[in-house]
Amino acid sequence: MEKFEPDIKSESSEGRSDRFLARHLSKFTEINKKYAKPHIRMTPMVRIALLGLRIYLIVLVLVLVYKFYTLIRV
Amino acid sequence: MGGDLSVNYLSRFYYQYRRVIKALQLYLLIAGPGLIVMIADNDAGGITTYAATGAKFGYALIWFLVLLGPVAYYVQEMTVRLGAVTKHGHAEAIFAAFGPFWGWFSLIDLSLVNWLTLITEFIGMTAALSIFNIPPVITVVIVIGIMMFMVVQGRYWTWEKLAMFFCLLNLVYIPAAFMVHPDVGSILQKGIIPNFPGGITATLIFFLMANIGTTIAPWMIFFQQSAVVDKGMGKKDIPWGKLDTILGAVFTVVVAIFIVLVTGTVLYGMDIQSAAQASTTMMGSYPLVGTLLAIGLFDAGLLGAICISLASSWAFGEVFGWAHSLNNRIREAPWFYAYYFFAIITAGLVVLIPHAPLVLITLFVQVIAVTLLPAALVFLILLLNNEEIMGEYRNTTIQNLVSITIVIGIISLSTLYAFSVLFPGMFG
Repeated sequence: MEKFEPDIKSESSEGRSDRFLARHLSKFTEINKKYAKPHIRMTPMVRIALLGLRIYLIVLVLVLVYKFYTLIRV
Repeated sequence: MGGDLSVNYLSRFYYQYRRVIKALQLYLLIAGPGLIVMIADNDAGGITTYAATGAKFGYALIWFLVLLGPVAYYVQEMTVRLGAVTKHGHAEAIFAAFGPFWGWFSLIDLSLVNWLTLITEFIGMTAALSIFNIPPVITVVIVIGIMMFMVVQGRYWTWEKLAMFFCLLNLVYIPAAFMVHPDVGSILQKGIIPNFPGGITATLIFFLMANIGTTIAPWMIFFQQSAVVDKGMGKKDIPWGKLDTILGAVFTVVVAIFIVLVTGTVLYGMDIQSAAQASTTMMGSYPLVGTLLAIGLFDAGLLGAICISLASSWAFGEVFGWAHSLNNRIREAPWFYAYYFFAIITAGLVVLIPHAPLVLITLFVQVIAVTLLPAALVFLILLLNNEEIMGEYRNTTIQNLVSITIVIGIISLSTLYAFSVLFPGMFG
């Protein structure tokens, strides 16, 4: 039986870019896995600080969206 | 006979001061990250802020600039300890300690803020050299050439010493101030004692916030920690790293004060929008001073660009696991250098686009920076309080009191500043 061998030379640019993307996406997954478990001990101080940061960022994003909306409306 | 005497004198001098000489030699080996980051803090945007402050309020806010020295020191000193103890840059430290969500947030936000800031540095540099009739395209090519030359050697030491040469150029504001003959009595009378010229007005608050905003930028935290790691500093080097940072803080405040002295003497009462405008206006009455201001602005933009682009490259290198040291040659760390070149070339090209919204970009930077600065500062304090990470080098109670107060102050004022940029009529 003839063994199938991919013809690398004639591989389309689409195929190459797919492989490039796949390789780099796997890098992101690898990083996510590597740092999945936060090493810092979640003391009350750390939890409060992180919660405060989340709230701060949400408010800031809302303000930016509001500014963007008012700019578009004008 | 005379030769013997001088050799004898020299050896006696060396014997008497050998400890000081040894300490100086050791410091010169360790010196670098603290000095560079602090002086680069006086980047194109910083120079504009100080020039506008002097023109608006004369010498009256010098006391405030003096206070900013310790503020910058306390924040940056923590990055020295964190880098020397963990041997990780700030981006990697955030990923490891707080997980991928905060890690990606910091990394992506840092790269965006840094790239936008890089554009503002190019705006400053092209404006500075256009005073000498050098077209922006030539300026961009020169800058990219210098920045490439600095890293292709493949030696951290070479890069650092070249950067320190550009730091020395930042001193041009000192002779410039002497040339305009500021009134020393007036400086002592108006500038040293804390005061609020004209009362606490919206304009004054805006200027105070702008000065605070230029004192600590997100890239500084990432840059110094990565530079400490790349230089190979360890726990034993922490005292020297602190000294380096103190000297840098003194240096940056001195330069800021001398800029205020120049514009406060010659341009007092004028509405200055940029350092390049200050320089051009100065050309009329003090051509040499105007020239020095333009050289200083170019140098400030260049130093800022050098540090900011490296801060991003180091951060990506740490997280993606690329080789990411300035001791690597280009073929040994291709992705690290590719990111560095990509950032500077694209930022330079943006400035060359006809009718690019450069003013909008400059304002946008200040707003985007406050999305990252609080996170970077809070993570810094949390990491410095973690005994498992820092051991005996963790923050003491007094250090926490001081640094938490400073961080709350910086976050509040920089957020208000961003709001005032978004909504110009906010403070009346």
